[in-house]
Amino acid sequence: MNPTLKYSLIVAGLFLFVLGVLGACLFDVWFNLVDRDRAALARIAYENINLLIFCALVMLLGIAWVVHLFFKLYIWPATLVNEDAKIMLTANPSHRIELYGARELRQVVRHMNTFAERSQALQQEMEARIRTANVDVEAEKNRLAALMSDLTQSVLVCNGEGRILLYNSSARQLFAQPSPGQASNSAGGLVGLGRSIFGVIDRNLIVHALETIDRRMEQGDVNPVAQFVATMPGGQLVRAHVAPVRDQQNENSGFILTLEDITRVVERSNRRDVLLQSLTEGTRSTLANIRAAVETILDYPDMDIERRNQFTQIIQEETVGLSTKLDHTLTEFAKDFKAGWMLEDILGSDLLAAIQRSLERKLHVSTCITAVDEPLWLKVDSFSIVQALISIVRRLQTHRAITDVALSLHTAGNIARLDVIWRGAPLGAETLLAWEQQPLLVEGEGSPLTLHEVVERHGGEIWGGAGPADGTAYVRLLLPSAQPQLAWNEPVVAESRPEYYDFDLFHQPDNGSELDERLLTELTLTVFDTETTGLNPSEGDEVISIGAVRIVNGRLLRHEIFDQLINPRRPVSEASIRVHGITPQMLRGQPTIDQALPLFAQFAEDTVLVAHNAAFDMRFFQVKEAQAGIALTQPVLDTLLLSLVVHPNQAEHSLDAIARRLGVNVIGRHTALGDAIVAGEVFLRLIPLLAAQGICTLKDAREAAQKTYYARIKY
Amino acid sequence: MAKRILIVDDERNIVTALEFLLDLNGYEVKVARDGEAALIYVVAFKPDLILLDVMLPLRSGFEVLQKIRENVALHAIKIIMLTAKGREVEIGKGLALGADAYITKPFSTKELLAQVRQLLENHP
Repeated sequence: MNPTLKYSLIVAGLFLFVLGVLGACLFDVWFNLVDRDRAALARIAYENINLLIFCALVMLLGIAWVVHLFFKLYIWPATLVNEDAKIMLTANPSHRIELYGARELRQVVRHMNTFAERSQALQQEMEARIRTANVDVEAEKNRLAALMSDLTQSVLVCNGEGRILLYNSSARQLFAQPSPGQASNSAGGLVGLGRSIFGVIDRNLIVHALETIDRRMEQGDVNPVAQFVATMPGGQLVRAHVAPVRDQQNENSGFILTLEDITRVVERSNRRDVLLQSLTEGTRSTLANIRAAVETILDYPDMDIERRNQFTQIIQEETVGLSTKLDHTLTEFAKDFKAGWMLEDILGSDLLAAIQRSLERKLHVSTCITAVDEPLWLKVDSFSIVQALISIVRRLQTHRAITDVALSLHTAGNIARLDVIWRGAPLGAETLLAWEQQPLLVEGEGSPLTLHEVVERHGGEIWGGAGPADGTAYVRLLLPSAQPQLAWNEPVVAESRPEYYDFDLFHQPDNGSELDERLLTELTLTVFDTETTGLNPSEGDEVISIGAVRIVNGRLLRHEIFDQLINPRRPVSEASIRVHGITPQMLRGQPTIDQALPLFAQFAEDTVLVAHNAAFDMRFFQVKEAQAGIALTQPVLDTLLLSLVVHPNQAEHSLDAIARRLGVNVIGRHTALGDAIVAGEVFLRLIPLLAAQGICTLKDAREAAQKTYYARIKY
Repeated sequence: MAKRILIVDDERNIVTALEFLLDLNGYEVKVARDGEAALIYVVAFKPDLILLDVMLPLRSGFEVLQKIRENVALHAIKIIMLTAKGREVEIGKGLALGADAYITKPFSTKELLAQVRQLLENHP
């Protein structure tokens, strides 16, 4: 009740009460009086009427004043405090209660404010901590994902069911199915978040690997792994390395697959096998011939001269053949050997630092780096270069008693100049030449290579001379520099979540009959759209383009797309070209719908389909399903119908209109893929609006859509 | 009567040495340069022992070996396989198909002769 009204009522009540009591007393006195007294009293009252009225007024005013004071000090302040407290509790935690009314009340309010202060501080601290923790976790996840994406090895992380939670770009490329007429299709369309790994790698291989891991774990292996070799859809040979992912209970909750394309390695090793075989088996016969001839000559020294000549001839012939063969084989083999000589890009300063560390640690030669041109990239095998320099300095130490050297690195065009400088006389040309031919001198690491070989393999040169300053000398190594890489590819930590991982899938419930009960936000969806030659599939109109994009765990995955033009094998009308802009030239050589529909079915496998006005597109598909040998049996959601559920009173439900209403940016409309992406965004924004109406699961959405008027229209 | 030995090898140089050695050691020697010729000589020449190379034109040594062992009338013939293929699996195959000995190239001529002598003397 309004406090002022309450106050008025209380005052009025008190007035009535006081007046009533007084009236009752007077009445009672009046009745008990005799007439004479009554007359006297009436007279007295009449004579003092002013005084009486005054007294009554004063009394009433006094009561009103007291009540007013009480309200002013206690009741009104209490209601204000109440309202302030409500604001503080709900809308604005930083709001504070003002001090009103009586001293006791003010004291209480002061305590309340102190409490609020403390609670707010606590809350802020908590929030700050949670925020930092979240940022850290997110940054870490992103860093991990960025690192993964830069790996040359293909990495896939799957949950216990074999669904992919993470993949890197290398894995995408590996699984890309090269097939004719699919230039526009997504690379690695079969690898995607939430997709089953068994779609691309034989289930039995992985099951076997996991069983092997389980067995090893039972045998007490702490870090069990398993390997297998498989053939990819593209024909590459791949070595797969399987490691388990364990949860806190040490149960296997998934596995990590590391894949390595070994096609070329196998080819090279096959070639080496062939070479090795020709070297061994090929020389056996020749050696047998020589040995037989030699032994015959030795065992029968008395044989006639002619026969002896015959055997010497054989030996001569066979040894020449063997030499030719060895030369040939070695040149063949050398190509393969050099292929294994890995030159890597390294920053000049890093190489010098590595040399400096090794010289100081292994030879105890104090080493200073005098100059490095920055940024200078070299293409070298850093290990052998470090070994070569250690070897040079070790020889200087032994022969010249050098204890200090300086290193410098300069660039000149495509050449880098690495100098080792010391105080003393320069090396003679013969000395360096001799050093070049000797194997590298590295403590504990006998190297079969000579300095000459190391230099030659880098395509470099080496020589010595007198240094720039008086009394100094240098050995100079020329090395090829790499293309300058001004910006090293630091993994970029994206602000938003990268789209190639989703660890929430670890906790995704099993697929199966309860699909209907799954939340819309948890579904894996394929949002698609088609472009057609016209509106009537029954009258021969055909699909000429299918575009689709996936939504996993409430995220639109723009990398996981399907974009396919389709040859309709019939003319495309000018009117429809104006709508979709697909000309007959673009359709030439594209697959037909019989070939394209199975690809789409594979892309959409295990997902719920979403489209705007889905009935239209589905009619086109249904006409072709038997012909293409597939059946799209999964549930279908329609953004048109769902929009009608959410906004039944809006007149327009075209994709454009809904997108505008829901604030979705419309880019690239009227291509199948562009429309599919817009429909996907629209769908994501419809989810919370549907949830507000209690439509949360797939079943809810399908039932609600069916109830709308449009659901009964057939195209 | 001198024992007969058939050399089956397409390498002219080894044949020259083997022919000379076996001849000096008192054997009667014939040479076949491919698998087909070998099968003809087996019947025509009736050797007591064959030195059989594996890598032969027309028919491989393994094939020749198999053909000979399939024929019951030729069971008495001793066969020594001579080959550049020194891998265990091939040695296993040769012995399984019925070769009496398996000698990998390069071999010592003394050992070869000893082996020939042993096979011909122990199982007349």
